[in-house]
Amino acid sequence: MPSFFNKGFGRRREPAASDRIPPGQYETRDFPVLTAGPTPRIPLTTWSFALDGLVETPMQWTWEQFNDLPHQSFTKDIHCVTKWTRLDTKWEGVSIDTLLEHVQLKPEARYVMAYAYGDYTTNIPLDDLRHGKAFIGLRFEGLPLAPEHGGPARLVVPHLYFWKSAKWIKGLRFMESDKPGFWERGGYSMYGDPWKEQRYRSDD
Amino acid sequence: MKKIQWQIASVKAIVQETPRVKTFTLQLPDWIPHLPGQHYDLRLTAEDGYQAERSYSIASPPEQTDEIDLTIELIDDGEVSSYLHDGITVGDPLEVRGPIGGYFVWKDTMATEPLVLIAGGSGVVPLMAMLRHRAQIGATNPTVLLFSVRMDNGVIYQQELERLAEQNTNFRLLLTFTRQPPNGWTGYQRRIDKEMLQEVMAPLNGQPNCFVCGPTLLVEQVASALVDVGLPFERIRTERFGPTGT
Repeated sequence: MPSFFNKGFGRRREPAASDRIPPGQYETRDFPVLTAGPTPRIPLTTWSFALDGLVETPMQWTWEQFNDLPHQSFTKDIHCVTKWTRLDTKWEGVSIDTLLEHVQLKPEARYVMAYAYGDYTTNIPLDDLRHGKAFIGLRFEGLPLAPEHGGPARLVVPHLYFWKSAKWIKGLRFMESDKPGFWERGGYSMYGDPWKEQRYRSDD
Repeated sequence: MKKIQWQIASVKAIVQETPRVKTFTLQLPDWIPHLPGQHYDLRLTAEDGYQAERSYSIASPPEQTDEIDLTIELIDDGEVSSYLHDGITVGDPLEVRGPIGGYFVWKDTMATEPLVLIAGGSGVVPLMAMLRHRAQIGATNPTVLLFSVRMDNGVIYQQELERLAEQNTNFRLLLTFTRQPPNGWTGYQRRIDKEMLQEVMAPLNGQPNCFVCGPTLLVEQVASALVDVGLPFERIRTERFGPTGT
């Protein structure tokens, strides 16, 4: 029994899959939106995606070229730091492993800054993007990803809090050492593991 | 960095703001001055250890020391808001931690620049902290609150907002009713659109700092319309809540 509890408060309903819902999260079937500013408008004719920083030769794709890359389907649970968790979300996109086949990383590359249209950035350790752990999402639940959810393309790193899954992704910059991105500079966790409830920097 | 600790606050007062909205004044053993726009996390624990956590905007200004006001809307099927609305009385303990958030905040360095606040429903809460703080520091920057509400009895903080607008000629309060306006209402009666924003911003000199808070759909439309009327991206700060409906 906890040392402190709220009298009369109890679980309202059994979560569908409680072992898949991290501490402090609740399950939702909606897809809430959390963004710091207006939704950017990105014409597909000028859209581009780059891999740069600590690579031998930077790589850039147009929308057409990017869509010619092999696509995969992903079914993932996603967790937002604002406490909602959505189970079994269905995505289609390009695995980061696929993208990395097109560049040669310099050996000192260990961290990544994801950067986006609208100047959003977020930092992630390189190992957290490889080996099937992350992808660029292009379609959600069978439809092109809506602009307010990051369309035309967003990073998806399902095992971290969802602010790491940068909307309106524009590129990944490889770095030697870790640097805070947009929310991280504002006091949010450098890593963001939902299972450890790493919400704020002081939770790291 | 100092850990943002959980602490057990005591409910000092509860005010019914509208039929579905209550303000809880919490006395804090470890009160830390906040910036208007920041929030607190609130955690409920059941006897069996089950916990549920939500974030709530602070409504009170940092001048209100040793306590914070959290204004909370009752959400249908909301396990936390319904417990707070039905199960909490004055004197009860509540576990919170904060203040949190560094982006959707009105800083004193903005106090000389025009300010446009746009709220939908309970999105007015963090904006109220800004207006209360603004009044406390005696700022005279041109300020407007455009507040979209569904019906007559849904205007959170109505009397205080009207009083602020009477006392301070630099602050304009503009309401728009989207479903059911009060009898004899001659003001706006529609969703916030481009024309309304143009009218609201026209008297302001210079580019305002703009804070938009409310349900996702409203914030999406308003932020997008603000870009259309020529406000630069970096002047628009948003906070969204609720489902998208898409």
